[in-house]
Amino acid sequence: MFKKIGFRLIFAVALTSLTIIGVFAYFNVQSHSKSLLVEVERHANQLGETVISSTRFDMMLNQRDRIQQVINSIGTQPQIRDVRILNKVGEVIYSSDSTTINRMVDKKAESCYACHSANAPLEKISITERTRIFRIHPDSSRVIGIITPIYNEKSCWQADCHAHPKNQKVLGVLDVTISLADVDKTIQKSELEIVVFAIVAILGVGLLIGFFVRRWVSLPVNNLLGATKQVSMGNLNYSIKDMGADEIGMLAHSFNNMTKKLSEARMQLFQSDKMASLGRLAAGVAHEINNPLTGVLTYSSFLLKRTKDNAEFQDDLKVIVRETLRCREIVKSLLDFARQTVPKKNNADLNEIIDKAVTVIENQLQINKVKLIKEVDKFLPKITVDANQMQQVFINLFVNAADAIGENGGTLRVVTHQISLSPYGLAQIKKAVCPKRHNLLDNEFKIGGFPSLKVKVISENKEGIIHLDPVYGKHRNVYDLGFAIGKDAKFVCPDCNISLVQQDSTCPVCNAPILAFDTSGHGIYEVCSSEKNNWERWEFVDSAGLSEYIEIKISDTGAGINNEDLSKIFEPFFSTKGQKGTGLGLAVIWGIIDNHNGTITVESEVGKGTSFVIRLPLAQQR
Amino acid sequence: MSAAADILVIDDEPVVEDAVIKICALDNYSVEVAANVKSAIEKILKNYYPIIVCDIMMPDGDGFQILDELHNRSIDSSVIMTTGYSTVENAVNSLYMGAIDFIPKPFTVDELLNSVFRANRYQQIKNRQKSFSMQNQNMELLYVNCPVKYLRLGYASWMFEERDGSVLIGVCDLFLKTIETVKEIELQQHDEEIIQGISCLSVISADERTHKMLSPISGRIVEVNENIKLNPSLIEKDPYFEGWIYRVIPTNIEYEKKHLIMCSSELL
Repeated sequence: MFKKIGFRLIFAVALTSLTIIGVFAYFNVQSHSKSLLVEVERHANQLGETVISSTRFDMMLNQRDRIQQVINSIGTQPQIRDVRILNKVGEVIYSSDSTTINRMVDKKAESCYACHSANAPLEKISITERTRIFRIHPDSSRVIGIITPIYNEKSCWQADCHAHPKNQKVLGVLDVTISLADVDKTIQKSELEIVVFAIVAILGVGLLIGFFVRRWVSLPVNNLLGATKQVSMGNLNYSIKDMGADEIGMLAHSFNNMTKKLSEARMQLFQSDKMASLGRLAAGVAHEINNPLTGVLTYSSFLLKRTKDNAEFQDDLKVIVRETLRCREIVKSLLDFARQTVPKKNNADLNEIIDKAVTVIENQLQINKVKLIKEVDKFLPKITVDANQMQQVFINLFVNAADAIGENGGTLRVVTHQISLSPYGLAQIKKAVCPKRHNLLDNEFKIGGFPSLKVKVISENKEGIIHLDPVYGKHRNVYDLGFAIGKDAKFVCPDCNISLVQQDSTCPVCNAPILAFDTSGHGIYEVCSSEKNNWERWEFVDSAGLSEYIEIKISDTGAGINNEDLSKIFEPFFSTKGQKGTGLGLAVIWGIIDNHNGTITVESEVGKGTSFVIRLPLAQQR
Repeated sequence: MSAAADILVIDDEPVVEDAVIKICALDNYSVEVAANVKSAIEKILKNYYPIIVCDIMMPDGDGFQILDELHNRSIDSSVIMTTGYSTVENAVNSLYMGAIDFIPKPFTVDELLNSVFRANRYQQIKNRQKSFSMQNQNMELLYVNCPVKYLRLGYASWMFEERDGSVLIGVCDLFLKTIETVKEIELQQHDEEIIQGISCLSVISADERTHKMLSPISGRIVEVNENIKLNPSLIEKDPYFEGWIYRVIPTNIEYEKKHLIMCSSELL
C-alpha cells in the first residue's frame, strides 16, 4: 500500500502539515497560558493590595477581630485558597485557614523564599519576584502565591498601641494563594482543541490531496499502465483517450504516437515479410511448375509440327499450346507480382480495358443477378496506362461490387468521362521550407492523410502550433491553440523562430498577415493567417491552368461500408470478407492508381451502396 | 576429341531431356544427356559437344559451374542456358559468364530450335575464324565487333551511353550473322519499359525463324529508330551506328553495367 505514489504523497503532506500545526500550536498555547497567568498574577496582586488597604484602618486601631473577619470573608471566595498575614518573625497572625494561626512559617517556605534567599532579607522586591507558582502536594492542582509586604509608616509607630517601633521597615507580609485549577483547565482545553484541530486539518488535507492525486495522477497512470499492458499483449491499435495537456496528458499523447508508429512499422514489416515469403513461394512454385510445363509445351508444339497435314489434330493441339502459353504467362506474372515490377505503360483505351474486365467477371455478375449499366464516354482520349494493371483494378472493383450486392441482385454502374479540374482543391504541397531551409511539413500531424504544414504562433507570451492543410484549396486548417491569436501575434518557423509572415502585403479579404511558404521549386504558397477566412494563393500551380483527367466512377447498390471501415479499406490486409479475402485487393489497387499519379476515393452509405471514383491524369507527370 | 554428339543436354528432369532430344531430332541433331553437374562435367571432359543446353538449377550444383569449367578449360562449346527459375539475374549472369543464349522454361519447340540454330551458326563462324587464323591468312572479316566504348550483353545486344545520359541500344553484328538474312523486325513502342535480360525485340529471318534479342539494359524507350522499321536490312549494313534500335532513359545503369562486357575485350 505504501508503495503507491498517492499514499506517499499524502504521507508527505500530512507530515508537513503536522509539523507546521504542531509548532504553531506549541507557541500558541505557550503565549495563551502566559497571558492567562499574567492576568491571574495581576488579579492576585490587586487582591493583596485590596486586603491591605481594607484592613489598614483596622490595623491602625489594632482591631484584630475585624482584621480576621475581613480575611475570613475574602478567603471564602472560590478561587482564593488562602489569605495569611505574617509578622516579621514569620508567625501567622491572621489566616483564612484558622488552623494555621500562630504557627511559625519556615524561612525556607515558598512564601518567604523570595526575600529570604539571601542572608539579609530584602525590603523591596518586584511583583514577579513576589509571585511563585507551585503545587502544595505533587498531585494537587497548581497554585499561585503572591506576597505583599506591609511597610511601616508614620501612623503605625504613632498609633496608640505602639506595637511597632519607628526603625522597623517591614512590619509583616500578606500572603495570598490563589488556585490555578481553572486556568489549568482552560489551558488544557485549548490544548485539546488544538490537537483536535490538527487531526481534523491533517485528515482534511490528506483527503483533499488524495482526491486530487487520484484524479490527476493515479487514474491517468493506471490508464497508461493498462495501455502498456495492452500493447505488450500485442494490441497495437489500443489508444489512450485524451488526458489533457499536462505532463501525463503529453505522455499519453506521445504513447499513442509511439503505438501508432509501432503499428505502422509492424504493418510494414508484416507486409514486407509477407511479400518476401510470397516471393519465395512464387519462385519455388515457378520452378516446380515450369519443368512439367516445359514437357507439355514442347511435346504439344512438337506434335503440332509433326501433324501439319491433319487439320483435326492441329486445332486441338493449338488449344493445348495456347493454354500452356497462358499458364506460362500466369507463372510469369506470379513472379512479377513477387518482384513488384514497374508498370508497363502504353497508350490504351480505358473503355476497352473496362470491357475486357467485364467479360472476365460476366459469369459472377450473372450469378449475383447484377445488372450492369455502362455509361461510357465514346470519345474518351487514349491514356498512358499499364493496361494489365488497370484491368486488374477494374476486375477487383467489379468483384467487390458483386460481393457487396450479394445474391439478391442490384445494379453496378460504370461511368467514364473526361473532366478538367483546377489545381485548386487537388494540388498538394509536398515540400515546404522556412527561409532558413527548415522543413515545415509535419509527418506526425496529417490532414486528409497528408503531412500538414506546421507554424508556431507566439501571441502575448503564449505559444502554440497551428497545422495548415497541405492540399491547395481544401483549407482544413487546425487552429488547436487554446488561446486567441492577438493582433501582434508572430507566426514563425518552429525550428528557428524565423518569421513566416509576408512583409509587404496583407490578406486582401481581412487584412490579416499572409503566411508564405517556399515549396522548393514549386513557387511560393501563400495563405491568410486568420482562422476565419479561406484566402490562399499558389501562383505556380494556378499558372499551370486546368488539368485534364479521365474520371471513372464505379457505383454499386450493395451493402455499403460503415464509416469506421471506410477509412481503412485501402490498408493492406484489411478485409471485411473474413476468410474469403486476403485484404490485399484494394491496397494493390491503391498502389496501381498511385503509380499512375491518379487518385482513388470512396464514398459509401450502409444499405445504399458504395462508389469508387478513380481519376487518372491525361498528361503523365514524370 | 571425337564428336560423340552434336548436343549435350544437362537437365535433371527426364521429361525435359526427352523433349529436347525429340525437338533436336527435327533438325537432325544427335543428343546426349546428363542428369547432374558431375556427370555433365565428366562427359564434357571426355567428349567435345559443340552445343550444350544446360539447366541452371540441379540437385548437385548449378549450371554456372559448367560455364566456369568450360571457361577454365578453354572449351568453346556454345552454351544455351535454361531454367524454370527465370529471373533477370540468372539470364544476365548466364550471358556474362559466356553462355550464348538464355531461354526461360517452359519454351516452345521453335524457341529452342531457333536458339540451337544460332548456336550452331555461331560455332561455324568461330570455326571458320579459327581456321583462318591457323592458316595465318589475311583475316577475312566474318563479323564486325562492336566499337570501343560500347558495352554488350553476351554476343547479342550492345548499348552505348550518350553524353546526354540517354542510352542507344542495338544488335551485335555476330548475332545478326547467326541469323543470316533479316526479313522483319518486331519492335516495342515508344514509352514502353524494357528490362535487362528480357527480350526487347524479335528478329524474323528469311527462313521464318523468330529470334528474340535480350535487352542489354533496363529503361524506358524514348525513341525508336524509324529507319529500321522502313528498312530492316539497315541493321545488317550498319549495326552499330545507323542501325541502332532504341534510345532509352536507363533506370539503373551503374548496377547493370557490371554485367556487360566491354567491346574492346577479347572475351567471347
